[in-house]
Amino acid sequence: MSEEIQRFTCIVCPLGCSLTVTQQPGQAEPAVTGNRCQRGLEYGRTEVSDPRRILTTTISLTGATLRRLPVKTAAPLPKQFLLPGAEALRKVSVAAPVRLGEVILPDLLGTGVAVVATRGVPPGS
Amino acid sequence: MIPLLSVDVAVIGAGPAGLAAATAARQAGAERVAVFERLGEPGGILPQCIHNGFGLHVFQEELTGPEYAERFVVQAREAGVEFWLNSMVLSLSAERRLSVMSPQGLVHVEAARVVLAMGCRERTGPNILLGGARPAGVFTAGTAQRLVNVEGYLPGREVVIVGSGDIGLIMARRLTLEGARVKAVVELLPYPGGLARNVRQCLEDFGIPLRLAHATLSVEGRRRVSGVVIAPLDETGRPVLSRAEQIPCDTVLLSVGLIPENELSRQAGLELDPRTGGAAVDERGETSIPGIFACGNVLQVHDLVDYVTAEASAVGRWAGSSQASGSRELALVPGGNARYVVPQRLSAGLVPPFTISTRVQRPAGASVVRLGGVVIARRAVVRPAEMIRVDVKPGDWTKVLAEVGSEGCLRLEVEEERP
Repeated sequence: MSEEIQRFTCIVCPLGCSLTVTQQPGQAEPAVTGNRCQRGLEYGRTEVSDPRRILTTTISLTGATLRRLPVKTAAPLPKQFLLPGAEALRKVSVAAPVRLGEVILPDLLGTGVAVVATRGVPPGS
Repeated sequence: MIPLLSVDVAVIGAGPAGLAAATAARQAGAERVAVFERLGEPGGILPQCIHNGFGLHVFQEELTGPEYAERFVVQAREAGVEFWLNSMVLSLSAERRLSVMSPQGLVHVEAARVVLAMGCRERTGPNILLGGARPAGVFTAGTAQRLVNVEGYLPGREVVIVGSGDIGLIMARRLTLEGARVKAVVELLPYPGGLARNVRQCLEDFGIPLRLAHATLSVEGRRRVSGVVIAPLDETGRPVLSRAEQIPCDTVLLSVGLIPENELSRQAGLELDPRTGGAAVDERGETSIPGIFACGNVLQVHDLVDYVTAEASAVGRWAGSSQASGSRELALVPGGNARYVVPQRLSAGLVPPFTISTRVQRPAGASVVRLGGVVIARRAVVRPAEMIRVDVKPGDWTKVLAEVGSEGCLRLEVEEERP
């Protein structure tokens, strides 16, 4: 087994550092270079082993002038669940009022990750 | 009789810039601060920006647009800012008189200070001389964003995005998540218009092709869009017609830049900078008309809302204080790779730190930022999509003044360092 090198842009913040992640055979943690912070280091490591993203989308809203309620996953979701997760949420509907941060779904597709509202919809709005 | 309202600070626009400026003006001691917003809710563009990535600088956490807006709306209300919603400012004079069409009818406002925070508009097809037919199905990316995220309509099923600005990249991902197929993002320049992280997380994550250095020659279709014709550019920047190809689609989104919305600024007769499309301001954000300030996207197009907040808070503090205007005797002009610089005027007697913003004309490696010949910052890479903001330190400012004296013209240069 030879060393494995991956290069990609860090998405942790808008600086967009160019990361190089090198996995040496027999080494537990891959080496990350090009990052300018601790979060970039962690991102570089998880990106090669278990890439995750926050999913943001909207769901149907009834009983309010606003027709869509914006939601997000409360934690990053394994990347392969982004499309199925969004598809599942297309079938979800809630009725106003809704509180900011209210849990809409406790567990999205068995990932253990909750879906929460990212805006409040007060009664009568 | 048209009612006349007297305020200390009138803020035009309740987007992120207006909210931060109004809050800061109140905190700086202004008694009556009123924000005039033509929409029915505050927040500006933020409520439709449902993606995350906002607030990393300001709050050290990652928020979505609606969450970011909510924090500032709450802050502004707690600070005692007065909101005028569904209220459109129709005119602004150099004497700081506004006429406002509000739910109570027409209102005249006289303001000791005015803060311009009207934001910007998207460039459209005619702005880029987009060729071909004019069928239904062509949207600006921001309009499509509002349709999908607020109104709940999907604008189409098979989409080509022209231009690679951040809103276009965000919408490529958004439409993909909603079940549409994004067939390509087509960019005229050899590099993307949006942030590198958005290329990664919005295009690469979903396998959406980015066609750099490609011209969009025409939009096809009679009633509805049926496709777009694109062609690669040769070394001289001309499209190679023999390699033109048609991409079938039913929808075209345009993400081809933003224009600061300065109709009211022009009416008031204040000086605009053709490089930014916004007002020419001094280190406090004060325009050529004393008492009128500008901040946020109406001053210069930002890539990060966090920077809008920082800029608008600083400008709002000045607008809310009772200090006299600056002396503005130094002109600041861009040089080298710098495309523009804000502020455009400086007062020799200013008290640092103050912030300078610039953007480069072309991507480059490790670069220095010089003010009047003095190095004030270094950057590992510079890209046209990413604004450079530098807080000028007191020590550096003393050196600058020693170099140039206290009158005349200062250059703000960005230059690549030789390896």
